[in-house]
Amino acid sequence: MTATSLDLDGATRPRGDVALDVENLSVDIRTPFGTVRAVDSVSFTARRGETVALLGESGCGKSLTATSIVGLVDPVVDIADGAIRLDGEDLIGMSPKRRRAAAGPELAIVFQDALTALNPVYTVGTQLAEPFRIHRGLSRKEARAEAIRLMERVGIPEPESRVDSYPHQFSGGMRQRLLIAIAVALSPAVLLADEPTTALDVTVQAQIMKLLRDLREERDMAVVLITHDLALVAEQADRVVVMYAGNVVESGPVDAVFSTPKHPYTKGLLESVPVAAERGADLKSIGGAPPELSAIPSACVYQDRCPLVRDICRTDRPPLREVAEDHAAACHFSEEVSR
Amino acid sequence: MNDGSTTHQPLLSVRDLTKTFSVRHAGKTKTLRALDGVSLELHRGETLGLVGESGCGKSTLARTLLMLERPDSGSISFGGVDPHALSGKDLLDFRRRVQMVFQDPFASLNARMSAGAIISEPWRTHRSLYPSSRDRAARVRELLHLVGLRPSDAEKYPQEFSGGQRQRLGIARALALNPDLIVCDEPVSALDLSVQAQVLNLLNDLQQELGVAYLFISHDLSVVRHVADRVAVMYLGRVVEGGATEPTFDEPLHPYTSALMSAAPSLDRAGKREQIILEGEIPSPINPPSGCRFRTRCWRATEECATVTPPLVHDDAAPGHTAECFHPLQPAAAAAS
Repeated sequence: MTATSLDLDGATRPRGDVALDVENLSVDIRTPFGTVRAVDSVSFTARRGETVALLGESGCGKSLTATSIVGLVDPVVDIADGAIRLDGEDLIGMSPKRRRAAAGPELAIVFQDALTALNPVYTVGTQLAEPFRIHRGLSRKEARAEAIRLMERVGIPEPESRVDSYPHQFSGGMRQRLLIAIAVALSPAVLLADEPTTALDVTVQAQIMKLLRDLREERDMAVVLITHDLALVAEQADRVVVMYAGNVVESGPVDAVFSTPKHPYTKGLLESVPVAAERGADLKSIGGAPPELSAIPSACVYQDRCPLVRDICRTDRPPLREVAEDHAAACHFSEEVSR
Repeated sequence: MNDGSTTHQPLLSVRDLTKTFSVRHAGKTKTLRALDGVSLELHRGETLGLVGESGCGKSTLARTLLMLERPDSGSISFGGVDPHALSGKDLLDFRRRVQMVFQDPFASLNARMSAGAIISEPWRTHRSLYPSSRDRAARVRELLHLVGLRPSDAEKYPQEFSGGQRQRLGIARALALNPDLIVCDEPVSALDLSVQAQVLNLLNDLQQELGVAYLFISHDLSVVRHVADRVAVMYLGRVVEGGATEPTFDEPLHPYTSALMSAAPSLDRAGKREQIILEGEIPSPINPPSGCRFRTRCWRATEECATVTPPLVHDDAAPGHTAECFHPLQPAAAAAS
């Protein structure tokens, strides 16, 4: 038994083609008390070979953005506006049949809870073979062989003997590996990972994140990592999109955003993380709580909690504008936000 | 595990605590060793961080200290007496002195009771504490104020509060009996980051104001580093390393602690470090490895590790910092006699 070491300095990788281009995506939820806009004009791109993080706290719309992209939304959810381009083709408005053919092999998602995402009454071999059967038209035998190869690739010991086991016979970390295996089976252009390690212990989280990183390199995928964990973003992502109350408040390269945040919310989040240097001291925290979806202010979404708030923030919504190269923030006073 | 400089008796002292459960596994009854010889000490007004992965025995230890489980062997001494030997009035008094804050602020508050009723409920058992209803009402207001809620919030029901406010309510309930020790089982892991900071600050302030001790159980190492004076790292039912927070986390002796620190993502060290990635997952406590429990995942393990439980080694640079390991990461560490 050995432990492997690796170098995490991956920020300077050359970027590939834009695989996913989300433009002005707006998503509404119909509730008994009226329609609320849960995702409001969200735009971002993900290139092959890079990891883009969607960062935000619960209820900010990051998961809804992800499920809207893959088309797995609840019937009460409507995509109100915008475009989701996968390798240049807009998925919105496509017929279900065409969408299946286009997005099926090219767009995949890994969920947080692997036990509910896997079907308990089918063997893992059957579930792993499914993408090959449906999209590649392989025979049962061929697909099973692919499934075993895939299990081996994602680090499941003794795949030949475990291919006929059921999901409950695997540990949490192994189940997450299985889910990743299904997602990368057809080498998709885009892999969305929605809090893929939140339910796992840290040593297992490190294994899973390494697996995702290796697979991204190997298959030249664009990875969209949806998370609330700033440290995970700092270590895994090339670019970050910070969401608050359904809106993108800041986006840019992780290094730039985390070292010189240009939105007060990003700054507040960064200051809320306990760091080694300040043990025992009071943590800075953001006062108050995010607004209800039904009561998101029409001007700046962060005005109620913002230390820099002024009159204009209560009347005009700040647009997401470029503050440095490839670094954008939605704040009237972004030049005043410094660490 | 403490640094020996204490002239006072520790508030809590646990020696060789063992707790097993009988479980049915693959059609047979087997023994699960949840705690396998755990020893630790906690002083007044101090925070002891308890870290480890799921299944390591953290929660069983907490439940045993709260007398929700009876240990198989070993001793617990709380203020000099073993709570498991108490009965009647003495036992009631012990229960007053140890309270708990739970992980899930949505499941741990009764939705049919108002905030005031939730906070004052413990006094229905501990009647002598605030005998008059006027005292009780005043104390509820005081406690709400103490945890940063408004006195008028006493009339509200849990579902009218946000997650962070509910956790404040849970803390107020724990404080209602003026405890000496509060067991905090993952108190902020269900909260969003910005709210988590508010609750951690509150716990910190309360400790300074009231001198209460915390046993702080968490899987989040950056949170533990922030709040704990000392830490104990558990793996498969044993404390494998312990000591003051900084030497233990910064210069770990045990390979497991080192791997745990390395695996946890951190803003401080992002992109500037070599990461240790362990193979495999924590083995089943039904059939733990012989000798050192960590040896199946350890990159320093030798044949020796499979034979007997490793000796306790001491960190020469930091008194009180110890680990159970044959191959500690610092050569300076000397084996105990």
